Amino acid sequence: MANIQEIVAAKFPEVEITQGETVEFTVPDAKWHDLATMLRHELGFDNLTALIGMDWGELLGVVYYLTNTQTYEVIRVKVTTADRVKPFIHSITDLYKVAGIYEREVYDFYGIKFIGNPDMRRLFLRNDWVGYPFRKDYDANPEINPVRLDHEEVEDTTVSYEEENGKIVKKEHVIFRPEEFVVNIGPQHPATHGVLRLRTAVEGETVTKIDLYLGYIHRGIEKLCESVTYPQTLHYTDRLDYLSAMINRHGLCLCIEKAMGLEIPRRAQVIRVMMDELMRISSHLFAIGTFCMDLGATTMLFYPLRERETILDILERTTGARMTFNYNCIGGVIADLHPDFQSDVKKLLEIMPGAIKEYNKIFTGNVIANNRMCGVGVLTEDAAKDYNCTGPVGRAAGWAYDVRKAHPYGIYNELDFNAVVRTGGDSMDRFKARIAEMEESCKILAQLVDNIPDGDYCAKVPKIIKLPAGHWFQQVEAARGAFGVYIESDGGQQPLRVKFNSPGFCLAGALDHLVSGQKIADLITIGGSLDYVVPDIDR
Amino acid sequence: MQDLSFITSWIDNLLAQTLGLPGWLTVTVECVLVGLVLLLAYALLALFYIYFERKVCAAFQCRLGPNRVGPFGLLQSFADMFKMLIKEIIPLNNIDKFLFGLAPFLVIVASMLAFAVLPWGKGLQVIDFNIGIFFLLATSSIGVLGILLAGWSSNNKFTLIGALRSGAQMVSYEISISLCVITMVCFAGTMSVTGIVEAQADGRWFILTGHVPAIIAFLVYIVAGTAETNRGPFDLPEAESELTAGYHTEYSGMHFGFFYLAEYLNLFIIGGVAALLFFGGWQPLYIPGWDGFNDIMANWIPSPVWFLAKAVIITFVMIWFKWTFPRLRIDQLLSFEWKYLMPVCLVNLVLMVIVITTNFHF
Repeated sequence: MANIQEIVAAKFPEVEITQGETVEFTVPDAKWHDLATMLRHELGFDNLTALIGMDWGELLGVVYYLTNTQTYEVIRVKVTTADRVKPFIHSITDLYKVAGIYEREVYDFYGIKFIGNPDMRRLFLRNDWVGYPFRKDYDANPEINPVRLDHEEVEDTTVSYEEENGKIVKKEHVIFRPEEFVVNIGPQHPATHGVLRLRTAVEGETVTKIDLYLGYIHRGIEKLCESVTYPQTLHYTDRLDYLSAMINRHGLCLCIEKAMGLEIPRRAQVIRVMMDELMRISSHLFAIGTFCMDLGATTMLFYPLRERETILDILERTTGARMTFNYNCIGGVIADLHPDFQSDVKKLLEIMPGAIKEYNKIFTGNVIANNRMCGVGVLTEDAAKDYNCTGPVGRAAGWAYDVRKAHPYGIYNELDFNAVVRTGGDSMDRFKARIAEMEESCKILAQLVDNIPDGDYCAKVPKIIKLPAGHWFQQVEAARGAFGVYIESDGGQQPLRVKFNSPGFCLAGALDHLVSGQKIADLITIGGSLDYVVPDIDR
Repeated sequence: MQDLSFITSWIDNLLAQTLGLPGWLTVTVECVLVGLVLLLAYALLALFYIYFERKVCAAFQCRLGPNRVGPFGLLQSFADMFKMLIKEIIPLNNIDKFLFGLAPFLVIVASMLAFAVLPWGKGLQVIDFNIGIFFLLATSSIGVLGILLAGWSSNNKFTLIGALRSGAQMVSYEISISLCVITMVCFAGTMSVTGIVEAQADGRWFILTGHVPAIIAFLVYIVAGTAETNRGPFDLPEAESELTAGYHTEYSGMHFGFFYLAEYLNLFIIGGVAALLFFGGWQPLYIPGWDGFNDIMANWIPSPVWFLAKAVIITFVMIWFKWTFPRLRIDQLLSFEWKYLMPVCLVNLVLMVIVITTNFHF
């Protein structure tokens, strides 16, 4: 740690270095790109984990979390600008590909323009939206931004801001030329897994370019979180990635508990981990089922759904819900386990190996399935780090990043399981990685099912929860990858900023890279194998 | 085996002699009657297939399938048909209205014409002429025209891609089908449907007597037939997860119903032709030496039942394909046809000729 601080301090004397939860560098914008280049190429911080826009009242800025993928060391970089009328910050899109889409999000919410980002359009909001909603001085008067019933005109051009001779120049770029055959896939389409819209330029059957069009299910969850108390923020997480609702909520609870310095009873921790793993199995079952349906094997959808029903029944008995569980709470879980929980889980563990064998028999060995999946949508390990594709997608590409191993939380460091790593990085590897991960999750459940300790299921928590001033970042391994929660507090009952760093967002960002040059049918294959969930992308 | 032509000749007698109608009116009335019977058979078969497929795929997918309307859900497809009939046909702007309206009729006419030459039972063909099987091939390929027009006239990018895929696919697989049929026509020595069926009397089904080349032709025919009917795993033209509904995305009401019916009827036609070429058409099961058994098979089970049963069993296999395999990609689909199926067919045709000339068959 000290080493990095010394190197940075020697080269960039203007950088302020503070030691908080992680090392934090505060760098002026003029030096930021140089610092990022050094961090990326010389110090091995080759993964941009999160990019968070911030409004501190006086200052606008961006907070970056960078990860060294060898040591899993995380650092935090803060870049601010005092100009609230024309805020500019240098882009790092050329260093980290994922920054392209992250920076568009920040531009959409804070109006910060990134110099060098080739595509500075709004991401979630309509392009005729007035103002930047995440700024603290934003006027939410419905007369300024009424509910518009007219059709949103799609622009075929985009702008970028380049620095030329010390001056910032606005440049226009064409996305689709008039002669290109653009097919609109989505927002209502059977295979986009929700209201995702892909404007796809095709040449015959070959996809030449994809323009991602987001925001059809954008609910402004992060903005909503800023106006409610901490316990009230919890239920929004179930509505992000609804297929790993438990895990998302676990992440937010962990982050708040970390800030409060709360000790969680052992029973609650075990319950949380078991619920997470049940959730992961059910999510992967759904993922492989819908993936196979996308490939046209409708029957293969129903076999995993059959086992998923069993899991949902288990969860329903304890939590009372099958989708938005509202089960984790600050300090533990909201209710104790159902008396039959252990026997139900044991029954599940008995049927799972047979079920997995059956899936492989029906689908994995099939010649057509192999032809459709092998070698399609190859993501290399470097690209996975570059696009911040975590979870089964990243691990199938060979990047052995599993938050449960890299930054253990809960009781994961006591458990015996493997992070499934494959090397191919194609759709088939992603499919197989998910199946292998279900086996690992079953292994975790088998270790815990007979070892649920007695005791409280929830810690004593004050009635009114206030976090001290400061910021915290917590990652958990959701079913689709590393789900990050960032909370910044000014000491009050409500957060100053909550950011959900969702895995699906980065996966969708990698879509153009993976699909360009492939067939239309491969677009569906790749989309299905990435397994993004649109509410998780749009938030 | 009872010759069912007594029914047709009785009607002819009734009209011409008992009622004393002039010749042209007799023919007209008979044509109308035949048309009505065919239409009825067409509708009933489609309804049966919709129910059958839903039940079969439900069984594959751990579900129950339709079970609410009528006993075992038997009336479900009738209910669906009435729903389809009374649904609004939504008018669209910016389309070629004439071609858009014409397309479903082309598709359905193609499959109806094919019905005319199927050997329904002993003495029950509509037209029995010497190039029956050739007529069947020719008419069934009109369908692709309807699909292309449907996709193009809808003025929608998805339907256009679906139609182009369909055109490429059906034209390619038509070659394999035709080559398989030619192989079997060589073996039978006639193109007449009745002639082909009669040649398979007494259990001399071509799949048995033609042995290796006939079995190869049958396998290729079933695969190419599945592709020809645009069914899974070759359902690219209407690949739901890629092109929403492919070429018929923009159709509604009974216009869509026609495409829907034609799909199932084409399935039946493929099954029927397979039954005709390889499994003896309406010829009953015959085991040499078992006279009592053969007698029951031939005289107690009417010939249409044999034909329908064979066709349904073959189509069951095709339904089984659809609900098991994932879909192919367009390039894989085309290379499968041009690189594997068609060469196999050509070699098989030569093999069949060798078998025939050397008399190396049963």
